[in-house]
Amino acid sequence: MSAAMSDSGPIYLDYNATAPAKPEVVEAVADALALAGNPSSVHGFGRDVRKRIEDAREEIAALLGCAPPELVFTAGGTEANNTALRGAGRRALIVSAVEHPAVLRTAEACADELVVLPVDGDGLLDMAALDAALAAHGPDALVSVMLANNETGVIQPVAEIAARARAAGALVHCDAVQAPGRIRVSFAGLGIDMMSVAAHKFAGPKGIGALVVRAGLEIAPLVTGGGQERGLRGGTENAAGIVGFGRAAALAHDDLARAGEIAAMRDRLEARLRETEPAVVVFSEGAARLPNTSCVTMPGVQSETQVMGLDLAGVAVSAGSACSSGRVEASHVLRALGASDAVGGCAIRVSTGWATTGDEIERFLGAWRALYAGLTNRWKAGVSAAAG
Amino acid sequence: MSSASLDLDLGIAGPRRETRVAVAMSGGVDSSVAAALLAEAGYEVFGITLRLYAEDASRTRPGACCAGQDIYDARRVADRLGIRHYVLDYEARFREAVIEDFADSYLRGETPIPCVRCNERVKFRDLLALARDLGADALATGHYARRIAGPAGPELHRAVDRGRDQSYFLFATTPAQLEFLRFPLGALAKERVRAEAARLGLAVAGKPDSQDICFVPAGRYAGVIERLRPGAAEPGAIVDEEGRVLGRHRGIIHFTVGQRRGLGIAGPAPLYVLSVDAARREVVVGPQAALLRDRVFTGPLAWIGGDPPAPGEERAVVARLRSGHPGAPALLRTSADGAAEVALEEPEPATAPGQACVLYDADRMLGGGWITGTGRSATLAAASPDAARLDRVAAA
Repeated sequence: MSAAMSDSGPIYLDYNATAPAKPEVVEAVADALALAGNPSSVHGFGRDVRKRIEDAREEIAALLGCAPPELVFTAGGTEANNTALRGAGRRALIVSAVEHPAVLRTAEACADELVVLPVDGDGLLDMAALDAALAAHGPDALVSVMLANNETGVIQPVAEIAARARAAGALVHCDAVQAPGRIRVSFAGLGIDMMSVAAHKFAGPKGIGALVVRAGLEIAPLVTGGGQERGLRGGTENAAGIVGFGRAAALAHDDLARAGEIAAMRDRLEARLRETEPAVVVFSEGAARLPNTSCVTMPGVQSETQVMGLDLAGVAVSAGSACSSGRVEASHVLRALGASDAVGGCAIRVSTGWATTGDEIERFLGAWRALYAGLTNRWKAGVSAAAG
Repeated sequence: MSSASLDLDLGIAGPRRETRVAVAMSGGVDSSVAAALLAEAGYEVFGITLRLYAEDASRTRPGACCAGQDIYDARRVADRLGIRHYVLDYEARFREAVIEDFADSYLRGETPIPCVRCNERVKFRDLLALARDLGADALATGHYARRIAGPAGPELHRAVDRGRDQSYFLFATTPAQLEFLRFPLGALAKERVRAEAARLGLAVAGKPDSQDICFVPAGRYAGVIERLRPGAAEPGAIVDEEGRVLGRHRGIIHFTVGQRRGLGIAGPAPLYVLSVDAARREVVVGPQAALLRDRVFTGPLAWIGGDPPAPGEERAVVARLRSGHPGAPALLRTSADGAAEVALEEPEPATAPGQACVLYDADRMLGGGWITGTGRSATLAAASPDAARLDRVAAA
């Protein structure tokens, strides 16, 4: 028989995919949607919407440690990454092997020369390889390295990377989509030229993000039109999205204050899994990580099977990035860390956030144990796909 | 047609809402209705759709299963039913387990049935094991076949709708697989299934039936093989039963036993493909009478019909030699290595190697095997002595 459904509805532990919007954000978006004006209009209706957009810009700039005019609103992180990589006009792109596809696929598409830098076993950038790439391409290059990895949560030393890159004459872009609200982010402090963020990763609306462009840096727009966003992003602003983005940014300071609590929950989760099965692997454990992200294996069980099995038990997690071709195969991130398909192909990502409770973690652990026990029992009977 | 509502009982102990049933959903009307009826009957149903090949292969072709549009359709049916639904990327497995074998089989001069391989190696192996791993109590499909509880365990029977029966494609099913499988449509006529789809408000109610082989666009299998095995379609000779060259052909993959069209040879009487000799790249042709066979040889038999026949024992069966073949009375005799010789009471037009010989006791499927060759009894050979060369081919 199937396991009984959870006691009080499904559990959401996939915040790195998207974080549920906070009620205050939903309210702010609904209010903004009701406004008639176009922010470019001269009249009072337009001015009202414009004011709310600029208020939001200030809230977001405060969270990200940049000046408000440096923020260019986009339709999300992917568009921000595209604008940075395509708009900077550098012929060589230097990226890490663990970037999100929004950077990797774009770099492949637009670079005259592409250097993909390896990472170490914890997923941290190989600095010697960076230096070599900078020596070869420095003044022609844009370096794009993410702040925190979406699968493992590992945090790259972006300030150090930026210092070396800028000394060599390169521009630096950072995909910081997973960071705001989880760790403190300072665009100015990192010393970089461009930075991508997306509202929905910290409880804002989906479909709105921003590229921070350092004052004085000239880049080409990806979307041309009516001159909005200092000419860097044409099209009538997504006013409701921007207002929700701003509200989420204002509220993200509360999440930062709870980072220690969130990290303790993660550490307890990983410790409990190891008590159940000592062979559990936790990726990037030896490096600084986001407090909310666990990339853990269930030994011998394909990631896809775990994600479906947990979903059937009412627990939402993710198998890292997009699916592979039906084989037991590690994601490109875990392969870059040196994980074999046999180990990396058995990893899932558990990511928590503002609404996660300790009780939900316990229920996740219960579902994980039940799935694992069911499968190991079937292995003993010799009728399972998972062991094959 | 009855309009009474259906109630499908899967014969599984315990409350239905706690009985988890995985449904293999192709996006077609049959598996959609299977999922819908089980959900309506109160089972905890979830759907699995396999992406078997790249979407561009046959994106817009109606009636193909498992391409992009079909995955979309399956998802929308699951949305409508409010059931969980997962799409799995099986492209690599399907290529390895089914498509490569399909191409190699044609190159050996055979006419393969990839649907059997897909059931055997993909749906009833990997997908079935996955359903078990996910805690399912059964895996249901939209096949037209019946699983009937018998005194010695489940039996596999032909569908009530004989015209739709798909039991032929299920001959390689093992007893352990059948234990876990359910075929909710086996007792229904196709018209009833479409009517149920309409009653349930499924958008796929009017969708065309799947045709031919799902990964072969519009029957053009030769193009698929040429893409997989470039240069494999080498030209050769078309010969008669005595080996006299009558013409040339552009590759044996374009020919199957029994085929009449596409030979490009004018003669006093219509010519048929009698056999395909891959080693010599020869297509052997002759008159229709020379196609007749009353012996069928198979590889090791898959057996699901209770006690398998002992080596040397003769058993009366009904043999189906192609999916569209209604069945013919025959005597089955197996050898010690499990291979079988099926002696037909009346001669039948020859069946191509690579097809299956599937055996029944009335409606109950007993098992079957891949056809390795056909031949003629002494009586038949005496009646048509000029086809002696074919007996050698069959016995080779």
